[in-house]
Amino acid sequence: MSPPDSAEALDTLLAGARALADHAPYPRVLLAPAAWERLAGELAAGTLDLLAFFGEAGAVHAVVRAPGSGRIAVLSLACPEGRFPSLGRVHAPAIRLERAIRDLHGLVPEGAADARPWLDHGRWPGSAGPVAYPFLAAEGDNLHQIPVGPVHAGIIEPGHFRFFASGETVVRLEARLGYAHKGTEALLAGADLVRAARLVGRVSGDATVAYGIAFARAVEAALRVPPPPRADWLRALMAELERIANHLGDIGAICNDASFTLLHAHLGILRERTLQASAAAFGHRLMMDRVVPGGVAVDLAVEGAAAIGRLIRQVQAELPELIDLYDNTASLQDRTVATGIVGAALVRRFAAGGFVGRASGRAFDARRRVPYPPYDALRFDVPVLNEGDVNARVWVRIREVQASLGLLEQILAGLPGGATRHALPEGGPGAAREGLAIVESFRGDVLVWVRIGADGRVVRCHPRDPSWFQWPLLEAAVEGNIVADFPLCNKSFNCSYSGHDL
Amino acid sequence: MRKRLFQNILTRPVTIDAPAPGEAELAAVAAALQERARRCLGRSLAIREVDAGSCNGCELEIHALNNAVYDLERFGIRFVASPRHADVLLVTGPVTRNMEEALRRTCDATPAPKWVVAVGDCGVDGGVFRGSAACVGGVSAVLPVDLRIPGCPPTPLDLLKGLLALLEGQATVKPRAAPR
Ligand code: SF4
Repeated sequence: MSPPDSAEALDTLLAGARALADHAPYPRVLLAPAAWERLAGELAAGTLDLLAFFGEAGAVHAVVRAPGSGRIAVLSLACPEGRFPSLGRVHAPAIRLERAIRDLHGLVPEGAADARPWLDHGRWPGSAGPVAYPFLAAEGDNLHQIPVGPVHAGIIEPGHFRFFASGETVVRLEARLGYAHKGTEALLAGADLVRAARLVGRVSGDATVAYGIAFARAVEAALRVPPPPRADWLRALMAELERIANHLGDIGAICNDASFTLLHAHLGILRERTLQASAAAFGHRLMMDRVVPGGVAVDLAVEGAAAIGRLIRQVQAELPELIDLYDNTASLQDRTVATGIVGAALVRRFAAGGFVGRASGRAFDARRRVPYPPYDALRFDVPVLNEGDVNARVWVRIREVQASLGLLEQILAGLPGGATRHALPEGGPGAAREGLAIVESFRGDVLVWVRIGADGRVVRCHPRDPSWFQWPLLEAAVEGNIVADFPLCNKSFNCSYSGHDL
Repeated sequence: MRKRLFQNILTRPVTIDAPAPGEAELAAVAAALQERARRCLGRSLAIREVDAGSCNGCELEIHALNNAVYDLERFGIRFVASPRHADVLLVTGPVTRNMEEALRRTCDATPAPKWVVAVGDCGVDGGVFRGSAACVGGVSAVLPVDLRIPGCPPTPLDLLKGLLALLEGQATVKPRAAPR
């Protein structure tokens, strides 16, 4: 997979294809059926990464990125007959996306390897009713099945896991998701931008800031209204607070799943302090609805900078000792080291983002690779490890907390003055416009694609959670591990159910 | 680790020590809750949380109840792994159609007497997802609800106050023997 090849592959696909619509900041083109087949080949060969794949009435859209050059494009295919040649047939990461496209839009992936429904459990109005879900079979002597969920033992989101185990060892895990499907995309269609921003901010509550920024940036790209610089910086301030809070919570929860509650308790306090500082600075512990298209809804509160300053000092003072404890507790290391390994090849193939990708050698962080302000003006490390185990995913988080603390300091020091919000064109842009944005959430890259109608309302919006490309890797990570280590592996991934189920 | 543990013994708990917004209020709620919980249920109230399709925002704040700052367990209130051990179902989310049956079955598996608490704007009436064809819309569309704790998401303090209100009510009103 050499960089020049990947750029060429994209060029070849773009050349001769018809450029479509008013799409910003990346091109969107309509592929001919032959070019669609070529796209499938490039994905299978690994020359292009699949970033998103979604449908609407009569068309499917694949968002791809050339990993070498970093160029991004949206490749569309018209489906007048209600079918399209499957990409999942040759590129496994597309399989669940295609199953979702079929469930939500009725478009049939031709030649697909897996024809089972995915989000549709047979319970939506007008459907035929639920049928038993045919889990893939695992064959062998003395295998037994363990069904778990959708209601779990802990306070976590709903989903079903089917383990095929031989004694203690997991032979295969298959997840069944979709329980949290709320019909968010259907609600987005026709929504005004205020309501749409609230909806996208609730695709996955733990990443509400990142989703808010991605939606706002997609809208701002479509409408050609960049936010004022102060808004960009305040957004980043919120995004880094969100990252710190989630990482601290995750590291603690992973230790908790290894029955090491002491770290969980201490990191839980630091997480709580982060949420309190966020509330002091922006008036909401999770900072929901603070990012809006055009800028931010609230400026940094007067006492906000001081609260964040105190937080930085507290975390900097207490974290090193906690990290030492993590690193020097043999019983804990015994659980996390060499557990739940994901190989680099698999991570690359799925273009998995976040700590899942970066713990297995994939150095992708949207803040660096698809740079957006203010990160292009800030210094920060993007930690990348190669072990791919639970421990590596913990360490990527630890280093990212440290990097984010540095970012908070830089942002507070460099925060420009001026307006916090620009008005969007009243009554809409007068013609349909489309925009795309990619933003690094704590979990990985969030992608939002939006089409805005002439009247300024959302016609179609697709928020793509990083979990789409992480959930399948969890199944690979767990294989060969003991059943008792599943919670640990699962927590180290911390995929979003809601973000995936939409 | 030993050093850390010793330190913890020698320092005062964060629950009382750290002054931050709302923590004076927290102490008042704490005292009242403890009193009520004891009177109604001896010393324990077991809560089973059910996510009926939330955005996970509500879960984050429910989790926070267990951290050292709010420390729910000191009131004898704790989260349990099985509905069969629960007195209270704490339900979040707009109840997706895909979770409706699982929620009902979880409630059926909970022994009486039991209370159902709808958490968050979604749990109360579907919240921002109200009107979606993929959601039933609010817990009360599926189960009889004893208490609503609105908010998007409700803060841990809101949740504590809500649980207190539930216990207040239960001091006079008997729980439903066999809700369905
Ligand atoms: S009430 Fe708000 S935070 Fe809670 S699940 Fe609904 S949208 Fe999420």
